[in-house]
Amino acid sequence: MLELGKYANAILSSWGITLGLLIALILVTWRRSVHVKKALHAAEKRASDNG
Amino acid sequence: MIALLVRDMRLAMRAGGGFGLGLAFFLIVSTLVPFGVGPEAAILSRIAPGILWVGALLACLLSLDRIFQLDFEDGSLDLLATAPIPMEGTVAIKALAHWLVTGLPLTLAAPGFGALMNLQSPGHYWIFITLLIGTPALSMIGAFGAALTVGLKRGGLLLSLLVLPLYIPTLIFGAEAATRGTAGLSALTPLLMMAGITAGSIALLPFAAAAALRINLR
Amino acid sequence: MSLWEFANPVKFMALSGKVLPWVIGLAALTLVPGLIWGFFFTPEATNFGNSVKIIYIHVPSAMMAINIWVMMLVTSLIWIVRRHHVSVRAAKAAALIGVTMTVIALITGAIWGEPMWGTYWAWDPRLTSFLILFLFYLGYMALWAAIENPDTAADLTSVLCIVGSVFALLSRYAVNFWNQGLHQGASLSLDKEEHVADVYYQPLLLCIAGFVLLFVALVLIRTRTELRLVRLHRLEIRERMKDA
Repeated sequence: MLELGKYANAILSSWGITLGLLIALILVTWRRSVHVKKALHAAEKRASDNG
Repeated sequence: MIALLVRDMRLAMRAGGGFGLGLAFFLIVSTLVPFGVGPEAAILSRIAPGILWVGALLACLLSLDRIFQLDFEDGSLDLLATAPIPMEGTVAIKALAHWLVTGLPLTLAAPGFGALMNLQSPGHYWIFITLLIGTPALSMIGAFGAALTVGLKRGGLLLSLLVLPLYIPTLIFGAEAATRGTAGLSALTPLLMMAGITAGSIALLPFAAAAALRINLR
Repeated sequence: MSLWEFANPVKFMALSGKVLPWVIGLAALTLVPGLIWGFFFTPEATNFGNSVKIIYIHVPSAMMAINIWVMMLVTSLIWIVRRHHVSVRAAKAAALIGVTMTVIALITGAIWGEPMWGTYWAWDPRLTSFLILFLFYLGYMALWAAIENPDTAADLTSVLCIVGSVFALLSRYAVNFWNQGLHQGASLSLDKEEHVADVYYQPLLLCIAGFVLLFVALVLIRTRTELRLVRLHRLEIRERMKDA
């Protein structure tokens, strides 16, 4: 394991927060993308079924 | 145009909104700050110019949503949009009316309220001068923010969120000039910068605000 | 064939759909090795100790925070002038990424500042400007969220973005002036780019490239989502009109 010395807290917390935020951003983006894609497909299917 | 100015001012006074309320709010802020930071005269006189500036800015913010909201609701804004005065002129007049019923009284009252915070002798003069030059910019920027949010039902809080960051440069230069002047230092640079912001806002923001109004009236 | 052809949403969807997997792959291929390199395989700096490792997230996020705002300004201008839907949706899509980058830059800066300067926060011009930038992002996003009609929202947020940029720039100069007005010279200098040695510079460059690519990938996905939402919105209105 890497020796971080007296700055361990600072390094780990800032890296942790950053990665957490980035992953949260990616998840939010991805989930919304999938959700909207599904809703749009459903709406388009309804539209073509109704003529 | 003058008719519009007179009408707007009369409405603002009659509704009891801007005129009295802003001043009362300003007085309350000036009263509350010493409770918060303690009654030591030295500290109070050090922070007095800044507090007066922030207080005036917040008091100015209070009545912003009234600039266009009532006219938008009863349809007179549509009439004004088709009137021979260009929209930019209407915006400028309304901002001027707002300044006359809030900014100007605040400016006149600020040196008096400064006494509550142990503002020292050249400070009265400086707080008056800086507010006199700075508050027109606050009204104009505020009119722009009000034009953006006029179509919203509960735009008040959003209006503050949009307008307050726009107030930052004016506040920085204004409070800095007042602080320096009070301390006896040269305040010319921040004063000129603030005057520049005011002049720029008055010259350019009516166009942006008018554009926003046209979008909202579409 | 001109660039403006991709302002057509259909063409944009087709092209971005093809490009997207490559961008995602490239982003992963730069960001992951860059971060691992920066975290595990870089030496201590003489005056920063191991805390220099924060640079690999702090500097890229700070750069992105500013550049994303500039990108939003450009796309807003394009929308105002040429009224291309893709443009303004991209601005909307970028805002959340920009705000995240600003928050990351602020938080890592604060955490780094504590051991270096003995304080989490100082009213240093750079720090203050970032806080102000954060407020501008918040206002922009709040305005998008508040307006129901998407076209009105697009217009008003674009106007706000343009005016806001002017005032953000003014604030930057005001803050510089204000701080120097209180302190004699900058006691806390953040300018470390000058004396960054190659050992730190190379992984840093890789991380910056990774952040840029991650942003491109995310903004493509989010713009596609926004465009789909517009289409969905239209279909729903049509449905409702048929029912009525």
